[in-house]
This record gives sequence, C-alpha cells and structure tokens, in this order.
Amino acid sequence: MPRTSPKTQPRSADPAIRFDDLTLGYDGHAAIHHLSGELGRGTLTALVGPNGSGKSTLIKGIIGLLKPLGGSFTVSMDQTVAYLPQHSELDRSFPARVKDLVALGLWQRCGLLGRHQPEDRKKVSGALTAVGLDGFGDRPLDTLSGGQLQRARFARVLVQDANLILLDEPFNAVDEKTIRDLIALIQGWRAEGRTVVTVVHDLDLVRSSFPEALLLARRPIAWGPTAETVTPKNMQRARLFQEAWDDDAPWCAPAIRVRPGRAA
Amino acid sequence: MLDLFIAPFTEFAFMQRALAGALLLSLSACPVGVFLMLRRMSLAGDAMSHAILPGAAAGFLIYGLEIVPMTIGGLIAGALVATGAGAVARLTVQKEDASMAAFYLVSLSIGVVMVSLRGSSVDLMHVLFGTVLALNDAALILIGIVTAVTLISIALYWRALVAECLDPLFLRSVSKLGGVVHFLFLGLVVLNLVAGFQALGTLLSVGLMILPAASARFWVNSVFAMCLLAVGIGFAASLSGLLLSYHASLPSGPAIILSAGAAYLLSLLAGPRGLLRPLLPGRHHRTA
Repeated sequence: MPRTSPKTQPRSADPAIRFDDLTLGYDGHAAIHHLSGELGRGTLTALVGPNGSGKSTLIKGIIGLLKPLGGSFTVSMDQTVAYLPQHSELDRSFPARVKDLVALGLWQRCGLLGRHQPEDRKKVSGALTAVGLDGFGDRPLDTLSGGQLQRARFARVLVQDANLILLDEPFNAVDEKTIRDLIALIQGWRAEGRTVVTVVHDLDLVRSSFPEALLLARRPIAWGPTAETVTPKNMQRARLFQEAWDDDAPWCAPAIRVRPGRAA
Repeated sequence: MLDLFIAPFTEFAFMQRALAGALLLSLSACPVGVFLMLRRMSLAGDAMSHAILPGAAAGFLIYGLEIVPMTIGGLIAGALVATGAGAVARLTVQKEDASMAAFYLVSLSIGVVMVSLRGSSVDLMHVLFGTVLALNDAALILIGIVTAVTLISIALYWRALVAECLDPLFLRSVSKLGGVVHFLFLGLVVLNLVAGFQALGTLLSVGLMILPAASARFWVNSVFAMCLLAVGIGFAASLSGLLLSYHASLPSGPAIILSAGAAYLLSLLAGPRGLLRPLLPGRHHRTA
C-alpha cells in the first residue's frame, strides 16, 4: 500500500484519504486527471460516472495496484483497507468452498502462516450469517448464483473488519432483493464509523442510499453531497467527456481541480 | 501372480532406483501440476519443458551425460525463458502465452542444434525422453532435494498460492506476495521439470506433472484433496509404468506417462465430475 508522504499540512481533522493533484492512468494516458480533495472519515461515497471515466482506476490506485502518473495521495496511517474487486476477477470454477473464500478475509489477521483460531472460524460463520448465507459454508463456489456469490464476497469484507472499504461495482448482475440487503450492510458499516467508497451505476440508488458522491469523467466533475453532485447538469457534462485516447493529446498543464463541496 | 508385481523390484537394483526416483518425482511434481492446472497454465508447463532443453544440452556438450551440469544448465535456461517471457508480457503489448511460445520455440531449436553438434541421435533421444532405468546416485539425490524444496515451499506458501489462483486482485490488495508467489511458483515448475528430465526426459516430465492433476479434478473438489489424489495417481502410474516397461520391454518414461494417461481416461469417463456420471440412470434431482 503506497502511503505517499504527506506534502501538505492537514487541512481538516485527519481525513481517511487525501488526494493531492492525483493523476492515474495507463501507458502515460491519464484515466483520471488532477484529483484533489479529501475523503472524510465515516463517509459513504458513491463513485459515479460513465464507463471508462476512471472509477475502477481510482480504486485500484488507492489499493496500490497502479502507481500515480502525477500528484499523490495519502491514506491515513491508521486506516486498514478492504477491497472488493469486480465480480469478473474471481475464478468461479476454482475448487473451493464458500468458507474458504470468506476466510481469505482473515489475511490481515493471520497472514501467510498464522493458524486460523476458533474465534476466526466463528468470525467467518458469523459473517456468512450476516449476509444471509447461513449453512452455505461448505458449498462449492461453482454452485452459487451470482447474487449468492456476491453475498459471500461481502462476507469476506465483513471478516476483513477494515475501517476503509472500497467496493468496485458490487451491484452488477445482482437482483433487487440482494441489492437491498447489501445496501443495508453498507449502511451498517457507515453507522459503525467506517469509510465506504462504492462504484455505482444506478443513479436512483445513489440518490436514495449514498449521502455523498464523486462524479468522474476522466477528471473530477463534482464531489460533495449527492443532491448537489448528481444533478442533470453535471451528468450532462460527464457524458460529454472524450472516451477515446487521443495519441496527439497535448501534455497536460495543471488546470481543472475540484474540491469536495463545490462543483467545478 | 504377485511375483509379476514384486519380483522386478526385488531382483534388480536399477528397478528399485527407478521406482524410488519415480515415486519421489510424483510426490513433488503432482502437487505442482495441480496448481499449474488451476492457474490455467497447463500448456505453459509444456512450453517450459521444451525451454530447458538448450541448458541441458549445453551441460551435455561440455560434460557429457552428467546429471549435475545438465541440471544446472536446464535451470538456467528455464529461468531465462520464464523471466524473459514474463518480462516481455509485462513491458510490451504481447500477452504471456505468445511471448512464452516465442521463447520456448527458439530455445527448443537451439537445444536440438546443440545436441546434434556433438552427439548422435541416441544422445538426443536420451535428453528428450530420459531413462528412468539408468538413474544414478547423483540423480536420485537431486530428485530428493527437489522434492524436499518443493513440498516445503508449497506448505509455506499454500495460502498465497490458493489466493493467487482464486482471487489475484484481492491478494494484491492485502499482500505484496502476489508477484513473489508467481515467480516462486514458476521456479518450482522449472525445478521439477529439470528433476524429471533425467528420468523421463525434457518432453515427458511435464506429463507426470499435468496428467495426475488433470485426472484428480474429475474426482474431488478441494485443492488439498486434489494434491493428495494426484500424488496417489502419480504413484500408481509410476509403479504400473515401470512394470509395463519391464514386462513388455517398453521404454520406461513413455510407459509411465501412458499409465498416467490411462488414469486420465478412466477419470474422464468414470469420475463424479466426468462424462458418464450424468448419464447413469436412477439418480434424479432432489426437490430442494
């Protein structure tokens, strides 16, 4: 986890993550330009934007899977991170049981070699109960439906017991009842004071369940309370972004910045 | 009757050594094969087995049929091809399957050219197909060391190996071990192929790795059980292959791999996850 050294003095009371002119991308092409701002502790933020707007890229950057092309970000030292990759990253044909998948969440506690203690096993079965998969522990992964598998992956997040939770498109290919249950879990995490960032496509869901939103379109369009962020005008601007890479695009000069709480 | 199975091993020391070597190889290579298959890299194992040829050939050219130099040469060639192919995949637009294919094909042809520079086709046959019946002390010790290193590494890195197959992005989010495990694992593959080539040859040693693992997949549904079953199938194939070779005067390496192939065919047909089970009458579905 790259915890880049803070360049600036704390602006607010120690946010969970501070972005400082962060640019992330691939092969020199920026997928997100110049993100600056703070992600407050205990906030529940929806990451919104068209396909290719840099939402997953931002999450991968925070996790440390991508190195910044420019700028930096700082994850507060006391933050432990749980990351839920997109559905498609998991090999469903792998010969494992549901509880093996969930027990991966013990990694931060037990590491490579630590034995799983009885209380760890209790944690795993408790998490399965919490996501509504009681009795599924011994089922092979390839017998689960898409929704059940997503519940199991949420159980793994529960077991990780992290205070910063990053979820990449957790509601894809999941039915309404499951979405309701997963939203309830997410709101429970927020009530416990955890910081949650979730990539979401369903704007109605964003408006109804996420107090804050960050609207991306290869650059931050708006960031703040959902009602002020996910507006028709902002969405229109987000849709106009250029999806294709332009190989002749000029090299970037520091320009557009967005801070939470106001539109650019 | 029992004589048929036991006499060859009690009467001939070379058969005992062959059996010991083949059993050790099974103990080591079969679990590696399970992970190779689960990572969808079965054919990469085959490519690597070709790739070690020029190294073995260089050892052979300089020192003759000596196990230690040929082994070291094989390890170097295998490491070069694995890291070269991996580096091309990471640094360029090319995917690892294509770069691996390019590297191993060049490597294989260099190896064949090198062997033909000096040896007769008998030498080439030896390097390509091995002679488990001629395992000497040095070879047995080498196989023993490789087995120990492999089993200890797999035991130590078990959790990371499983996580890397099942959910690699997740592993990278909680640990820096992802990349380490990938290269450690490739190292184990090369090590086991090199250990196997004296007995089975460069081309066939991958057979003992993949066939028992692929067979086990039809029977069980947990990684640990697959490893145990694959080792068992490897043991059975070693034993029956050597007996087949002894009684029917077949070359020993291919006889072992053919036995493993028979186990694969049987598993494919009869295993609970195989072809025939769904066709059996009487088993209907439950109501819930």
